[in-house]
Amino acid sequence: MDPLLSRLSRGEPVLGDGAWGTMLQERGLAPGDPPETVCLSRPRLLTEIAMAYFAAGAEVITTNTFGASEVRLSRHGLSGKCAEVCRQAVAAIREGVGRRALVSGSVGPLGELLAPLGDLSLDVARTAFERQADALATAGVDLVCVETMSDLAEACLAVEAARRKAPGLPVVATMTFEETPRGFFTVMGVPVAKAARRLGEAGADVLGANCGTGSAVAAAIARAFREATALPLSARPNAGLPVSHDGRTVYPEAPRRMAARVPDLLAAGVTLLGGCCGTTPAHVAAMRDAIDAARPRPA
Amino acid sequence: MNGPEGATAATSALAAIAASLRAGEADEVRVGTRRALAEGATAAEVLKGGLLAGMSVVGEEFGRREVFLPDVLLAARAMRAGMDVLEPLLGPGGAPSAGRVVLGTVKGDIHDIGKNLVGILLRGAGFQVTDLGTDVPAERFVEAAEEAGASVIGLSALLTTTMAGMRDVIGLVRERGLSGRVRVIVGGAPVTEAFAREIGADGFAFDARSAVERVRALVAEAGRA
Ligand code: B1M
Repeated sequence: MDPLLSRLSRGEPVLGDGAWGTMLQERGLAPGDPPETVCLSRPRLLTEIAMAYFAAGAEVITTNTFGASEVRLSRHGLSGKCAEVCRQAVAAIREGVGRRALVSGSVGPLGELLAPLGDLSLDVARTAFERQADALATAGVDLVCVETMSDLAEACLAVEAARRKAPGLPVVATMTFEETPRGFFTVMGVPVAKAARRLGEAGADVLGANCGTGSAVAAAIARAFREATALPLSARPNAGLPVSHDGRTVYPEAPRRMAARVPDLLAAGVTLLGGCCGTTPAHVAAMRDAIDAARPRPA
Repeated sequence: MNGPEGATAATSALAAIAASLRAGEADEVRVGTRRALAEGATAAEVLKGGLLAGMSVVGEEFGRREVFLPDVLLAARAMRAGMDVLEPLLGPGGAPSAGRVVLGTVKGDIHDIGKNLVGILLRGAGFQVTDLGTDVPAERFVEAAEEAGASVIGLSALLTTTMAGMRDVIGLVRERGLSGRVRVIVGGAPVTEAFAREIGADGFAFDARSAVERVRALVAEAGRA
């Protein structure tokens, strides 16, 4: 069995990193510009962020390739750059942390609605996900992470593409849920139990939630997953929902508050932890301490 | 179609349109709209009691997450089907234009579902709308407003990272000395009244329905300026 998967299924917590997009924005990425451009223009910045997360205690570092699918890149005049963006994103992380951390290849939504609701055909979507998975595998990632999905059909296409084009690598699949009076659903109306079943059938090895409203609900979502699946679980919440403060975007959850939720997450059965939008190396360091306190790392 | 009986029949026809719209059934909405008109309802009555009534139910249900995005999209499509029937009767041909509006989603942002709803309702209310689409640079809004002789620019943003672009449009309107003639209204999920004030927007609307009322007031203001 893959060493990461065997750790996760033994119940051993593994800590990932935090946000990339918001870290890049703080370092000068203009609002509205795609973070993936940094892979080509300032890869050094990616190396620095990777090193900061590694120093904070992250064991898995995510590539800056959330929007590196051809469908998204082509909207920014970066057609045909998927392979190059993925190669640079992985190389920049390795440059900083070598093989001391695992590299997780991020695959985000295509950014358009799938037919029949939207105009994006299933074939175009499948091809885009396959290219991206292939590019990430070729670039040498250790796992693939399909994340921030709302549409189950789209999430399953991405998972199947990773299975096919990145054979042998673990596939993590996480969606973004909101709390409703009837439980947790994605904005497209997908409940946790259905997501667990279909993503599992599509071939995902680790399931869960990322992004969303913050760490408070992350444990509750994880408990809903635990009822629906025996697969290892992942949780990577936002540092709360962003608010605008004097024209600046601010994420309200302090590292300490997020770390205080770690015992809840572990108790809910989550073994792959990390943060999404607004989280920083300080959040990861606080989570590292909380994990180690709950469960001392093997020396 | 006069008298209390006619009124009841018309009311139930409108309620049926609202229900079909709520269910996202575009064909039913189209047929129901034609039927209501044939039975004597005016286009304005069908719009208000049928289409808008149905859309506001869907909007509220989505706000409470009793329904989800696919339901909103299907309802918006059904609304469009009804509007295709009504527009020739409501438009400038029938009544004088309520004003000219340039509408779009700001730079870097491709969310357009809410913006499209605002556009549909504005057209329904008799405004002449130039929809610039999504990912629209500040420059383009101002140029289009000048070209169209619009008195209102409507900006939509769904990302906290692109909201800032609204400020650029307002700055440009001032820079070009258009502040007197052109008013700017902003909206979209992360946009608040306080943010609108902070960036110097002339108006803010929380949803598509109140956007129409706000735009109406801004057109009147711009006319007086
Ligand atoms: C002119 O005056 C006015 C006045 C009133 C105005 C107005 C203008 N404009 C709107 N209003 C008002 O009236 C309307 C009707 O009452 C209302 O409009 P709304 O637009 O608010 O409401 C609509 C009727 C329904 N609501 C929507 O249409 C938005 C729904 C959600 C799910 C959403 C969608 C659908 C999409 N997305 Co996007 N997306 C989300 C949204 C999450 C959510 N739960 O809401 C949000 C907004 N997205 C987000 C993100 C991060 C993103 N999305 C992205 C992409 C997409 C899709 C393409 C997949 C799709 C858009 C499809 C389309 N054609 O529009 C990416 C960005 C692409 C880009 N550059 O713009 C991407 C960056 C990444 C991603 N996750 O894929 C989040 C923003 C976080 C933040 N606050 O910054 C988000 C809150 C989801 C989340 N929880 O993370 C009012 O606000």
